[in-house]
Amino acid sequence: MLTRLRGRTNRDASLWFWVFVGPFFAGLVLFIYVPIGWSVYLSFFEAYNTVTPTEFVGLANYRDMLTDQAFRDSLLTFVVFAAFIVPTTFALSLLTALLVARTRVMQAFFRSVFFLPVACSYVVAALVWKMSIFSGMSSGAANALLGLAGVSPIPWLSITDPPWYWLVIVSARLWLQVGFYMILFLAALQRVPVTLYEAAAIDGAEGWQVFRHITWPQLLPASTAVLLLLLINAFQAFDEFYNILAGFSGYPPYARPPLVYLYYTALGSGQNFGDGSAGAVILTVLIAVVALAQTRLLRLGGRD
Amino acid sequence: MARPHRPLPSLSRRRVLALGGVGALGASLAACGDNTGRGGSTSPDGAGSSAAGRPQIAQWYHQYGEAGTQEAVERYAADYGPADVTVSWKPGDYDQSTAASLLTDSGPDVFEYGNGPTIDMIRGDQVADLTDLFGDTLDDFTPSLVERMTYDGKVWAVPQVVDTQVLVYRRSLLEQAGIEPPQQISELVEAARELTRDDVKGLFLGNDGGAGLLGGPMLWAAGLDYLDGERVGFDSAGAPEALAVLRTLWTDETVLLGQAKDWFDPDALTSGRAAMQWTGLWTFPMIAEALGDDFGVIPWPAMEGGSPSVPVGAYGSCVSTRASDVQAAQDFVRWLWIEQTDKQLDFATAYGFHLPSRTSLVPEADVLSSGPAADAAGYVTDHGHAQTPLLWTPQSATAWSDMMNRIVRDGADPQAELDALVPIVEAELERVTG
Repeated sequence: MLTRLRGRTNRDASLWFWVFVGPFFAGLVLFIYVPIGWSVYLSFFEAYNTVTPTEFVGLANYRDMLTDQAFRDSLLTFVVFAAFIVPTTFALSLLTALLVARTRVMQAFFRSVFFLPVACSYVVAALVWKMSIFSGMSSGAANALLGLAGVSPIPWLSITDPPWYWLVIVSARLWLQVGFYMILFLAALQRVPVTLYEAAAIDGAEGWQVFRHITWPQLLPASTAVLLLLLINAFQAFDEFYNILAGFSGYPPYARPPLVYLYYTALGSGQNFGDGSAGAVILTVLIAVVALAQTRLLRLGGRD
Repeated sequence: MARPHRPLPSLSRRRVLALGGVGALGASLAACGDNTGRGGSTSPDGAGSSAAGRPQIAQWYHQYGEAGTQEAVERYAADYGPADVTVSWKPGDYDQSTAASLLTDSGPDVFEYGNGPTIDMIRGDQVADLTDLFGDTLDDFTPSLVERMTYDGKVWAVPQVVDTQVLVYRRSLLEQAGIEPPQQISELVEAARELTRDDVKGLFLGNDGGAGLLGGPMLWAAGLDYLDGERVGFDSAGAPEALAVLRTLWTDETVLLGQAKDWFDPDALTSGRAAMQWTGLWTFPMIAEALGDDFGVIPWPAMEGGSPSVPVGAYGSCVSTRASDVQAAQDFVRWLWIEQTDKQLDFATAYGFHLPSRTSLVPEADVLSSGPAADAAGYVTDHGHAQTPLLWTPQSATAWSDMMNRIVRDGADPQAELDALVPIVEAELERVTG
């Protein structure tokens, strides 16, 4: 009787497991793994205007993409971009988290203020940056400020020397992202046992020492997650780049994220799914390699 | 990549832009799976027909920004007797979602596409040959567009309405400076210098300094073209010199940059920030309202050995080979876009400001019969070039656009850039003609 009951409970448990997990699992397989597999399959075929290609071309698509100067440039640009934006966002969000956690007055207000931009759509923020803050007109916010100092209006997004467009993009991205990672750090900060700080205080530790020997080690697991997310985000850049830089006559050949390039290759009027898929696979491998290397090099979270 | 990037933007895409359809990726994806407008009563043998035996036709349009356009095309469809036509009005990234839907059974029967179907659609047997629909009216259609929509001796689309880009100038500003409207590129460069004053620039060619729009017109000015038949058309000594002119305008700082409203809006000209502007025919009503008759229009000037030019574009009406009844769909296209001239005239001039694609209709439209609009209509016939040739694939267009940006904005060497472009275009030509 007892065993029968237990068997039934197990069956029930597994039934409910599938009731709850099944739909998500099915969705994951159908909308994530099948497309990934299909994309890998397509990358070995000539697939213009079709997703059921017949002409097997081996590695030719990979050769096309790797010899394509524009694609290589976009990959290189984004390695450099990631090398800049990842540490910058990391440092800024950690700094804001520490400041917000310390503050005694209006803590809820400051948390909300820094987190609010996360709720803003990338597209909307991009358009605000492009059309009002960094508009090239003398009435744009940035130019109006410069105008007070007697500087003539700068067409931020038109000129490439100096590359002011990076200022526009990076500031938009920081504004949008810092709050989110700040929240991750805040959550991690609140999990640091107060007793550690108290013990350190008794031992005479203060300021930088406390951060270096208590806060920072305690934040390591969160830091690993933040770094990985930042890195993947940097390579997946699309929305704000596309909406800030793409004009009527297309996306200029600078600050062009790999995804924007692939979007035009595969989904644009090009409909070149073979090359597009090969590019996507290359990009995926690149992200995986960099992420693995980063985890190894920094030895973050390994013992968590 | 642009495309033209958007690669290959057709002129009338501005109407999408007019509705703020910038970056509407999500919308395009969402549009893939929705109602095809074909009705639910497709019979089991696959021939689309209702219970009454009338053919069902699903017709797709991109979302025009002009008020009344949607009602107009629905009215035209309702007027058609022999079949039930259901109009679908597609917001978002129309070209992308339509191209994708042609791969499926849920695509349209009749659809419009910028400058006709792509070479890949034609060679992939996705669109039907429409040559026979024209009969003896073919000569009446804008020649540059018929050529653009012809491949292998067959015509693959019927041009709906024509859009063009021209150089508009403020008469009063040119008169004050004692300058005649420029006929030659050298005169244009000089005029731009003369007209540039404190807060007025001589010329507005778009926020990219003309890199996106004026590469083609510069080739034509030098007597060259993107392609010469199935060969590269710019592999010649005149090309680097021609493209370098745009860089000269940039370094002279006589071109206006950083405008909130790009070249497809006349704001820079009408507000007095530029004395001359490259813009579309569709802006004429706005310009006339702001400036009265204080504006004139010229084609893009010529260099030695070339001729003046205006780029011409049109949405072409195409028939999908996956249509449930291809013959019925073709009959409808002939009826609407070839025979029903009053509807074509209504569509061209009653909601926006375009040219009917049948040249014999131009004089019948009051708004096109005089002034700058009449001049522009004449340029389309005399100096019109399809924006880009049919065999100019998205990949070629992207590489070209990248090159133009590097030459104009970064000051790259035109000869070296052109040399690097030739093999890319040749590879694409071989792919699509091989």
